[in-house]
Amino acid sequence: MIEINNVSKWYGQFQVLTDCSTQITKGDVVVVCGPSGSGKSTLIKCVNGLEAFQQGNIVVNGTSVGDPKTNLPKLRSRVGMVFQHFELFPHMSITENLVIGQTKVLGRSKEEAQERGLKLLDRVGLKSQADKFPGQLSGGQQQRVAIARALAMDPICMLFDEPTSALDPEMINEVLDVMVELANEGMTMMVVTHEMGFARKVADRVIFMDHGHIVEDATKEEFFGTPRSERAQQFLSKILSH
Amino acid sequence: MSFFAQFDLSVIGPSLPFIWTGLLFTVKLTVIAMTGGIILGTLLALARLSPITPLAMAATWYVNLMRSIPLLMVILWFFLIIPLLTGKPMGAENSAIITFTLFEAAYYSEIMRAGIQSVPRGQVWAGQAIGMTYAQTMGHIILPQAFRNMLPVLLTQTIILFQDTSLVYAIGAKDLLKAAEIAGKNYNRPVEMYVFVAFVYFVICFALSRLVKHLQSRIAIIR
Repeated sequence: MIEINNVSKWYGQFQVLTDCSTQITKGDVVVVCGPSGSGKSTLIKCVNGLEAFQQGNIVVNGTSVGDPKTNLPKLRSRVGMVFQHFELFPHMSITENLVIGQTKVLGRSKEEAQERGLKLLDRVGLKSQADKFPGQLSGGQQQRVAIARALAMDPICMLFDEPTSALDPEMINEVLDVMVELANEGMTMMVVTHEMGFARKVADRVIFMDHGHIVEDATKEEFFGTPRSERAQQFLSKILSH
Repeated sequence: MSFFAQFDLSVIGPSLPFIWTGLLFTVKLTVIAMTGGIILGTLLALARLSPITPLAMAATWYVNLMRSIPLLMVILWFFLIIPLLTGKPMGAENSAIITFTLFEAAYYSEIMRAGIQSVPRGQVWAGQAIGMTYAQTMGHIILPQAFRNMLPVLLTQTIILFQDTSLVYAIGAKDLLKAAEIAGKNYNRPVEMYVFVAFVYFVICFALSRLVKHLQSRIAIIR
């Protein structure tokens, strides 16, 4: 489903990604973790072309992301993405947030889009909030709406960029629950997160990044059992000790 | 005899219909220059923020040029140059409308540029991530927020524009000020007319600035 081959990226002189390669097969849930500044968020943004990369290639469902001939908007409409800061559209109601992509990008009728949107809103447990504005919702609620907005486009896979990092602790679980449910339904997911509980529960593989390198790419059992790299061991001991 | 004893406000009444036509032109000029200036200014702002270097440079040059020349000179130059270029004279009113639109666009573009930059980068990503094109992301996501964030500043600029329209006096376009001058000459009462017209400018600008204040509290996006 997602193939990342020898991807390197520079911001001017500074190299943020070095020769990153991995692949995610259909139905897999892959968690990407690592210290801040390790390039995880940059890598996941490369997958749907929000960030450009200078070397290597990324193929999503048979389409090369870096190819200048690729219709990126079309590709992105099929790849759901959830951001650290939710990024709901603050000037639109919750319903409008769910509808706009469906009508403007997929060309669905307003009625059809609203029905689909409200169904998904119900699924994330927020049907009663349909007429409110994003600013009136809590962070956890906003993130669940953001997930519903991405799902409304009927994506073939979902990218999560630190979906719980900006949330208060008591709101993290309501978002993770939605994600676990999604994983159990067989959605292909690439998730940048530090939530190791989530990784333990649903991940098929865990990728560990440091200084722009993919240091470790292992099955969940291997990763939590005996990480091969010392850096990953250090990271895990810090993150799991409390 | 004191100064105010010579003050004869009775000349204002009969001149009102004439001054009204001047006011209408001033309002027309303001509204067209505001609308055109905001549209053109938004396009200039998008050009300045565009990754296409020649486009960004051209827009930057235009904005800097316009902002470095006194408005009165632009009005005079445009009025004098266009007939030389096209071979036929253009009316003072039309010349004023085009000049103000082009000139104000430079100022509105700086406001819209700040507005666009005030919208978090993540909003662009969010629009693109659901498959929107650049135009869709701008049109549906970024510009509506930029416009709303900047509405008070845009209106304040419009109040300045409204006052600046009095400069078309220089090319003889019949605006509020020019109408007052003519009326003043008719009755040989220029001081009364200038006082009255200053009062009209004040009332309209004061009302507009109250409106800005009111909008500031009402229109802000809930975050």
